[in-house]
Amino acid sequence: MKEWRYWVAEQRGTLLACGIFLLMFAIYTSNHPAGFTANVVETAANKGVLLAFVAMAQTLVVITAGIDLSVGMIFVLTNCVASALVVGTPMQTALGILAVLVVGVLCGALNGAIVIYGRLQPIVATIATGAVFFGIALLIRPFPGGSVNEDLADTLTGKIFGVVPASLVLLLVIVLLVWVPFRRSVLGRGAYAAGSAEAAAYMSGVPIRRAKFAAYMLSGLLAAFGGLFLTFFTYTGEAAYASGNAYTLFSIAAVVIGGVSLYGGRGSAIGAIFGALAFRTIGDLLFVFDLGALWQPLFQGVILLVAVSLGAFGLFRIRNRLEWFL
Amino acid sequence: MDDAVPLLRMEGISKRYGGVKALEKADLSVNAGSIHAILGENGAGKSTLIKILSGVVGPDEGRILLDGREVTFASPAAANQAGIVCVFQELSLVPELSVADNIVISDPPQRFGMIDHKAQRRIAEEALARAGAADIHPRALVKDLPLSRRQIVEIAKALARKPRILILDEATSALTAADVAKVFDVCKRLRSEGLALLYISHRMNEIRELADECTVFRNGHNVASYRAGTRSDDEVIEMMIGRQYSHVFPAKPDSGSASKSAPVLEARSLSWAGRLHDISLTLHPGEVVGLGGLDGQGQRELLLAFFGVLRGLGGQVLIDGKTVSIDSPAAARAAGIGMALIPEDRKTEGLMLPMTVRENLSFASLDRITKAGIVDRDQEQELIDDMVRLLAIKTAGLDIPVGALSGGNQQKVVIAKWLMRQPRIILLNDPTRGIDVGTKQEIYQLLRKLADTGAAILFYSTDYDELIGCCDRVLVLYDGAVRRELVGAEITEHALIASALNIEAEGQSAMQEVNA
Repeated sequence: MKEWRYWVAEQRGTLLACGIFLLMFAIYTSNHPAGFTANVVETAANKGVLLAFVAMAQTLVVITAGIDLSVGMIFVLTNCVASALVVGTPMQTALGILAVLVVGVLCGALNGAIVIYGRLQPIVATIATGAVFFGIALLIRPFPGGSVNEDLADTLTGKIFGVVPASLVLLLVIVLLVWVPFRRSVLGRGAYAAGSAEAAAYMSGVPIRRAKFAAYMLSGLLAAFGGLFLTFFTYTGEAAYASGNAYTLFSIAAVVIGGVSLYGGRGSAIGAIFGALAFRTIGDLLFVFDLGALWQPLFQGVILLVAVSLGAFGLFRIRNRLEWFL
Repeated sequence: MDDAVPLLRMEGISKRYGGVKALEKADLSVNAGSIHAILGENGAGKSTLIKILSGVVGPDEGRILLDGREVTFASPAAANQAGIVCVFQELSLVPELSVADNIVISDPPQRFGMIDHKAQRRIAEEALARAGAADIHPRALVKDLPLSRRQIVEIAKALARKPRILILDEATSALTAADVAKVFDVCKRLRSEGLALLYISHRMNEIRELADECTVFRNGHNVASYRAGTRSDDEVIEMMIGRQYSHVFPAKPDSGSASKSAPVLEARSLSWAGRLHDISLTLHPGEVVGLGGLDGQGQRELLLAFFGVLRGLGGQVLIDGKTVSIDSPAAARAAGIGMALIPEDRKTEGLMLPMTVRENLSFASLDRITKAGIVDRDQEQELIDDMVRLLAIKTAGLDIPVGALSGGNQQKVVIAKWLMRQPRIILLNDPTRGIDVGTKQEIYQLLRKLADTGAAILFYSTDYDELIGCCDRVLVLYDGAVRRELVGAEITEHALIASALNIEAEGQSAMQEVNA
C-alpha cells in the first residue's frame, strides 16, 4: 500500500464527516434565499461552533472508551460563570475568562477522578456530576441575566476582514493549541491505547490513568470554551436545563457522525467538529425546505439513532457468541 | 556453558497462590548467546517462572541474579529496564493503533514534549527489519493484520526495547509454518548477537531445532537440565512425568461395555475459524470420555461448539443419529437434546455471584417450574432440596449470595443447576480447577454415578491424573484436531504427555535423525 493510502485510512472518519458536511452545506446555501454570502456563513458558523466545542469535549472522553453525559451541563455552568465574571476592564475580562476555563477544567477533573480513581462507570458518574453542575449553575443564575464584555463578544462573533467568521478562526486556534498537541503527546496516545485495549496498554507500561485523567480535564476545558462562546453570542447567562441536555445528546450525535468510535480508541476531534457542523446543518436544511420546527427534534432523534446504530455492525462478524458479552 | 558467571541465575525461587505451590525452590541458569528451552506439562510452573522473571509477580522466596548481581523487579517496566523483555502469548498489542505506535508504546521518542513521528518511524522500521518483517508497513493498523503477523509485531516490539534476555512464551503457537521459519532465523541471529533467549514451547520439533540448553520442570521444580540433543524424546517425557497420585477415583466399568450402545452425540468433521480442524467423535450413553492435551488446543472451543455458542461451525453434529443444528445454549438444553455444559469459569459463566443460592440453582430449569410465567415455589424447593442432598452442598442457607460459598461449593451449585434438568449429555470444561481435594473426589464419584445411570459425559481436564482416573476413553487434542484416542489401559501419563506434545512415544529415531 502507498503511504498516502494509510493516511486516508487513518483519516477516513474525518474525511467522511467533512464530505457529509460540505454536501449538506452546499445544498443548504443553494436553497437559501440569500445564497452563499458572508452573513449566511457567519450565522451558520456561530451556531455550529458551539456544538463543535462540546463535541470536541465529548470526543476526548469517548476516545478513552467512556462517555460524558455532563458535558452539556459544563457548557451551561461555564456560560453562567462567564456571564458573571467576563466583564469590566480588559484585565478583569481576561481574569474572568481564565476563571471560566479553570471551572471547566475542574469539572472535567472531577469526572476523571470519579471514573478513574473511583472506578465508577462513566455513564453513571457523569449523569450525577452533570446534575451537580446544573445545580451550581442554577445557584449562580436563578434567572437568565448577567452580562459580558460586549466589545470582546462582538469581535469574537463577528467577521475578520468582513468575510471570515471570527468564531471559526478561534475554533481553529483552539484546535491547534489544545487538540493537536494532545493528539501528538504521549498522554494522548495513552488515551487512545486505553480506549482500545486497556489491559494491553497497561501491560505495555502506558500511563493509562494519567492519560485518561488528562483527557477528562481537557474535555472540561473545551466544554468551557463552548460556554464562553455561548455567552459571547447571547450576552447573558442562563441555567437552561433543556439546552444542557440537548447539547449532551447532540454532542454524541456529532461524535458518531464525525467517525469517532463509541467503543473507544478511534477517531479525531476534527472529525467531531465536522460532525457537529453537519448535525447543525441538518436543522437548517429542515428550515430551508419549510418543514415545521416541530419536526426538528424528531428528525434529529432519528439521525442520532441511525448514527449510533451504524457502530453496532461489527457484532454481526463475531463468531463466538460469548464475545457478545465482553 | 562453563562461563564463570551466567547472564541470569534464578536460585531457590518459590511461589504460592493461596494453598497451591506453583514453584518450589526452582533454579535456572541462562547464558548469554544461547537459546534455552523450558519444558514441562500443564501446571509444572513454567508460566509462573516467566511471570516472576518478567516482573509481573514477585517470588515468595529466592533470588534473581543478573551478571552475578542480585536484582528485584517491582513491575514489568523494571524488568524491561534491566533488559528482560517477554513476548507474551496473550497479545499485548493495542488494535486501534498503528504498528509503529505499538512498537514504541512503552517509551515513545519525544521532541518538545510531543511524540517524534520521524524517530518513531525509524525505530519501528529497524525493529521490524530485525524481526524479519520489513514487509509490514509501520503505519498499518494492528487490527488489520492477521494473527500471525501480529505475533511478529509483538516480537518487533520486544526487540525495540533492546533486550539482553528475550523470553518467548509460546510465541509460535499462532504462526504459520513460513512465519515460524522466519522467527527461527530471527532467534538464531539474536543468539549470535549475544542475546539470551528463553524459549517456552510445547512443540518438540521446534525445541530440537532451536535450543542449546533445555530445562525440564515438574511440580514447580526444575528436575533436569541438559544440552539439547543429548536426551531422547522418551527420556524427556519420563522427566516430565512423576506426579504423585493424590486422588481416589471410583472404579471404572469394564472397558468397551458402554460403547456398544448407539451413540447419543456424534460429531463429523467439525471445524471452526481455524481453531478446530476436522474433529470427529462419538459419545455413548454411560461412558466418560476425556479431552486431553495441553491447554488451549481447542478443547474449550469444541465444548462451546456442541453447546451452540460458536457461529459458522463447519461439519455436522448428530444427536441420537439425527443431524441437528444447535444455535444457542437454550437450544442445546432443550428437551430433544438434553445437553448441559459446566463452564470453565464459574465466576463469570457459571454463576450470578450476587444472586442467591436458590436463584442460581434453579436458573437453568426455570422453564420447567413455571406456570403461566410464575415460578412455582414449592416445585422449585423440591428440586433444590434434591440437589442440595445429592451433591451435599454446604451452605448457611439458600437465600444467601452464592458468592459467599467456598469455591468447591460454588462449583457444586454450578453442577447442580444443570443436573436439575437431568441432562443426557454432560460437557465439563475443567470442572475441578481451583477447588479442594475433597470436593474433587466427590465430583469424580458423581460423574461415574451419572454415567452409570445412562448419561454421556465429555470431560476436559488439564489434570492428567483426572483423565487417567475418571475416563473410559481420552481424546488428545493438538492444534485443534484430535491427535490420538486412548482407550482403557492405554490411558497412561506417558501416553497422554507424548500425544499432547504431538510426538510418538518411540521418538528415539526422530531424535537421531536430527542429531545426524
